[in-house]
Amino acid sequence: MRRAASDGYYAARRGLARVGHVLVLAAFVAFLAFPFYWMVLTTFKETRDLVDTRHNPFVFNLPPTLENLRVLFEDTLFGQWILNTLYVGVLVTAITLVLSVPAGYALARLTGRWGQRLAIGIFLTYLIPPTLLFIPFSRIVGNLGLQDSLWSLVLVYPSFTVPFCTWLMMGFFKSIPRDIEEAAMIDGLSRFRAFVRVVVPVSTAGILTVVIFTLTLVMQEFVYALTFITTSANYTVSVGVPTFLVRGDVYFWGSLMGACLIVSLPVAVLYNFFVDRFVAGFTVGAVK
Amino acid sequence: MSSSQLARAADDAPRWRTNWLDDEAALGRVLLAPAVIYIVALVGFPFVLAIVYSLSDATVGSTALDFVGLRNFRRVLDDPTFWTSLSNALVFTLVSQFFVVVLGKVLAMALYRDFRGKWFVRLLILLPWVAPISLGSIGWLWIFDPVYSIINWSARALHVFGPDTWPVWLGQPHLAMASIILVDVWRLLPLATVIILAGLSAIPQDIHDAAQVDGAGFWRHLFLINLPLVMPIMLVALLFGIVFTFTDLIVIYVLTRGGPFDTTQVIASYAFFTGVEGGDLAAGAAIALFLFPVLVAVAIVFLTVARKAEVA
Repeated sequence: MRRAASDGYYAARRGLARVGHVLVLAAFVAFLAFPFYWMVLTTFKETRDLVDTRHNPFVFNLPPTLENLRVLFEDTLFGQWILNTLYVGVLVTAITLVLSVPAGYALARLTGRWGQRLAIGIFLTYLIPPTLLFIPFSRIVGNLGLQDSLWSLVLVYPSFTVPFCTWLMMGFFKSIPRDIEEAAMIDGLSRFRAFVRVVVPVSTAGILTVVIFTLTLVMQEFVYALTFITTSANYTVSVGVPTFLVRGDVYFWGSLMGACLIVSLPVAVLYNFFVDRFVAGFTVGAVK
Repeated sequence: MSSSQLARAADDAPRWRTNWLDDEAALGRVLLAPAVIYIVALVGFPFVLAIVYSLSDATVGSTALDFVGLRNFRRVLDDPTFWTSLSNALVFTLVSQFFVVVLGKVLAMALYRDFRGKWFVRLLILLPWVAPISLGSIGWLWIFDPVYSIINWSARALHVFGPDTWPVWLGQPHLAMASIILVDVWRLLPLATVIILAGLSAIPQDIHDAAQVDGAGFWRHLFLINLPLVMPIMLVALLFGIVFTFTDLIVIYVLTRGGPFDTTQVIASYAFFTGVEGGDLAAGAAIALFLFPVLVAVAIVFLTVARKAEVA
């Protein structure tokens, strides 16, 4: 009898805990995802619907429309900005891979104690923010004749992608068993050949992480692009949308929100696949 | 490489294998050099240049550069707006990071358990961190719109706000600061959460089991076992949050541009408006350098954490 009562008590407690769990999660999701939900709603609403203060903003008072997206792609430089961003992104990714994959390998395998220190030094440069360096860079870029050119971004962006990606690749290479290269080296390959022919092919996951991370950082970067680029046709997407589409008192909210969504969602899905690896990079070995 | 080449390489092997230890070190330097040179050239050199500019009279228009000693720093320190920016930056950083760490811990604990649809929930939670900050901030610009703010509309519909209450979120001094803090919490909470979650997942299950056997309740377990164990990792999350918030320009540039009346001006935005939009590179560089002491402090704490992890 008593036992049954206590079972009931624990069942009730468990049920309560589950309800609490769901409520906590729901509250956080509501806070974090609400702006994106709001973007979706705004993107497909007619402007007349948006600006009528008598309308309930949570529902479509007029039928949904694709007009805002048409304006975005046909009447603004949004398409151009996306192409610019991809152009810079691909080049920066290539530079980042060429520099950080070998460096990460060297730090994981070929250097001893000084390598550890150097690795932490490289990681710390990731903490130096663009807001500290953009003023000297604005002059350097001018002196190199790269003012208002996408090449200025191609040159400068690796300064923040290389440190973090070197760190990521170092962690990745450390997780690969040494036997793989050692077997290849016993078969007669030099250390360098073993790295290129044996280690790199089994590191696709790590390299892919670097690619995604670099592309995301390029897409997010704002300060340098805002400082170096002055012509709207040369903007990247993160600067073009907030500076060019937000002008004066007339806001094209539908198109603006559409632009934010189109850029954010694909990256978010990609990122979600790799999130554990990024976190491993961020936690600096404090978690083993 | 064909198989015959491979065989030949194998034949050559013994000759160089005797000195492969020397080779290793040399190869290590060769592989590292490009990355290190790039970082020195594009982080170290501009950083030195920032110090040089702060001691000079550089402007956007002219290429002349004369040294003026500490005049820029004296000018900056005499400027009341600089002090406002510094205190705003501290308030902005400390308040937002307090909420980020506390809420991040709560959310990480909620995500620690397995449940159906976790992948999708995590995707939704990560959105603010992954979306370009400038674009996420635009979303908030619309949410905070003086006329069409959905917050105001909902609060009035729910009778939280009376008919005379209609706050202009980004236009009133204290509200503007609260708003940018809210947006900063929003964008950094996902990062803190996943970092803390990684820390939680690293605690061995037997520790939890042992506590359960000993009859520790939820709160006891939280404060005596869980929190102390994830403390180092929460510190890491906090340090990243401090760096990203204290040096941030984007949220403020998009939402308030430092207004109203410089009540949301921070060091980074003030450096931008002075150095780039105002053309006074020297003063801008001097202002931006005030970010550096905080970064050094963060780096030192980081190194301590890293060393402890190495020893453990």
